Amino acid sequence: MSTHNTTNESGEMYSASETIIELRNTEVVFDMSRGVSRVLDNVDLDIRRGEILGVVGESGSGKSMLASAMLDAVVDPGILSGQITYYPDDGDPVNVLGLSDEELRRLRWEDISMVFQGAMSSFNPTMSVKGHFVETLEAHEYDREEGMERAHELLSDLYLDPERVLESYPHELSGGMRQRALIALSVVLEPDLLVMDEPTAALDLLMQRSILSLLEGLKEKYDLTMVFITHDLPLVAELANRMAVMYAFELVEKGSTDEILQNAAHPYTRALLNSTPNLDAPLSEMTSIEGSAPDPVNVPEGCSYHPRCPLADEQCVAEAPDFHDVSSSHQVECFHWEDAAEAIPFNIEQPSSPEEGEAR
Amino acid sequence: MSVDTHPDYEGRDPLVSLEDVEVHFEESSGLFDFSEPEVVRAVDGVDLDIFEQDVVALVGESGCGKTTLGKTTIGLQRPTGGSVSYRGQDIWDAKDGKGDVEIPYKDIRSSLQIIHQDPGSSLNPNRRVMKILEAPLKRWQSQMSAGDRRGQVLSMLEEVGMTPPDDYAGRYPHQLSGGEKQRVALVRALLMDPDLILADEAVSALDVSLRVEMMDLMLDLQEKFDTSFVFVSHDLSNARYFAAHSGGRIGVMYLGELVEIGPAEKIINNPQHPYTKVLRWATPDLTPDGASSDKPPVRKIDIPDPKNPPPGCRFHTRCPEARQVCMEQTPPEYTTEEFHETKCFREDDSHEYWSSPQITDDENEADQLYSEADD
Repeated sequence: MSTHNTTNESGEMYSASETIIELRNTEVVFDMSRGVSRVLDNVDLDIRRGEILGVVGESGSGKSMLASAMLDAVVDPGILSGQITYYPDDGDPVNVLGLSDEELRRLRWEDISMVFQGAMSSFNPTMSVKGHFVETLEAHEYDREEGMERAHELLSDLYLDPERVLESYPHELSGGMRQRALIALSVVLEPDLLVMDEPTAALDLLMQRSILSLLEGLKEKYDLTMVFITHDLPLVAELANRMAVMYAFELVEKGSTDEILQNAAHPYTRALLNSTPNLDAPLSEMTSIEGSAPDPVNVPEGCSYHPRCPLADEQCVAEAPDFHDVSSSHQVECFHWEDAAEAIPFNIEQPSSPEEGEAR
Repeated sequence: MSVDTHPDYEGRDPLVSLEDVEVHFEESSGLFDFSEPEVVRAVDGVDLDIFEQDVVALVGESGCGKTTLGKTTIGLQRPTGGSVSYRGQDIWDAKDGKGDVEIPYKDIRSSLQIIHQDPGSSLNPNRRVMKILEAPLKRWQSQMSAGDRRGQVLSMLEEVGMTPPDDYAGRYPHQLSGGEKQRVALVRALLMDPDLILADEAVSALDVSLRVEMMDLMLDLQEKFDTSFVFVSHDLSNARYFAAHSGGRIGVMYLGELVEIGPAEKIINNPQHPYTKVLRWATPDLTPDGASSDKPPVRKIDIPDPKNPPPGCRFHTRCPEARQVCMEQTPPEYTTEEFHETKCFREDDSHEYWSSPQITDDENEADQLYSEADD
């Protein structure tokens, strides 16, 4: 089912990995009284087996829509179109948008699983945590005993006391414990791909970082591919191998984390990096991005970032840029990517050596 | 904005002074349950002086009592022990009319203001911005004419960058973005011409790219109106940005106690308390190949129940440096250098801590993963 490859994204670093899910021309449209609202605009993305991909964007940039699209879970009356192909470990490629309801139900959780922000609303408040595990296992006809063993192991991998947590009701757990229990639940059916939408957003920083380091362990142990969607660029930069930056409902830049951090080529990405409060940056040089993100009904013509971009010229107003290759593992949607580094210098030197070793 | 200069606190009278403040909440278990109510010790034994044009950023995990301490500072939360005074006048004596009240409670109340975390729910959705902002002026400055009132509201809106002010004044809260709502909340606090504003996670709900802008605005206004700020945040980098720009201090809270306080840059670059170092670890930076694969530098990642805080040093159950003595004795405040205080035995080179055996965790604990890395 796979269509022609518009861009081959495989760089040398990831030559061993293959694609697990492929999105082509993926669009989500809502018909609103004010006009047509395109909340996901022509997204092409390959997610590689075994990677952690960080998807970064501000609120209202369409990043959650991207997550929903991957599971064909866009809510009505949203209309999802394009081509989404899932490549299982063994077996034929699956056209996600062509699945029947039953097939889709199996694909979700068993192959592709999802963790949402705010665990409280993902759990049933009247059911114990154990009940959730049992229900999930039974609904998908998994062996209950084996499954519960896995649940125990997963919970202790996440630094939780399995007995205590399983007996608890969701409201009896702290926010951080609840979110970790939800992650364990989403992995209990051994999916290949775990999509997480702001999984740590409501938690404090220490818990966020702790969960991140636990996720890394989980990924190694269970051989997972992860997509981590967040507005918090520095947070995901610690975890992801590769990042995709969204602005105004489309992807504007994708590349390996190192390349994005050291050599971001899109003016928006650079401005975003500069606007992030950072413990190591000189105080005087943090700046915010002028202007505000566009309304989905009324996205600017041409490059959608042009009203806020210092490099914008007539070309940016007139036509939308395509992806340009910065390197084999780094693409950017900007006409002036070669000038971005000079026009928007980073306000922190990017040291290449870790400098936080003394924390312990 | 003065960076790297700390205001000279010597010889100045504090604006607000907290002495040995304690806030304990009783949690009753039910209507027919007559057993001892459980006590949540939200704030315990905190001393803190806030001066004029001062900035104190309080950081810590959720549930560490930073918001409660903030609210106690501005007289919104009555402490269950200790005293809170405003320019020498005990706030709660003034409220109760006890003793000689030199500054009436009404004046104290309007001098100490708050900006809430969630701007959406702190503004009345059924009123236009003008109406929302007029209300406090009507209440506290009833002699002001309607025209003056509107004029002042409009000029303040302009001050915070909401131009044209007439347009914004006519809007309902839902017609404003998150950043704009927070500005309205800021204007509402400033209209009272306060001495101290508590900004309770005031930027946390905003997009990352808007936080710096909002903090810059608050810093500008701080300078212009000579206001002090208590800035509550769980994010050390925001706290540093705000406190360092104004030459203020960062206070680190853990389970109701202030475990370290000092000039912002000192806390960031030379943290003394092991917990502050943990927070430093938890703050992401943009260093590629940074400390990402590190295990959290705590022995347990969950915070203990504040109903039953650990004895001795409250951090000993998670502290990577904890020794036997930390379970038995409570560390006092050590002054590391000027205005920099830390509650940890490691500050005292001759303390018995150094000869005390390390705490070893129970093998069955879920955190045994960490003990591998520990030995």
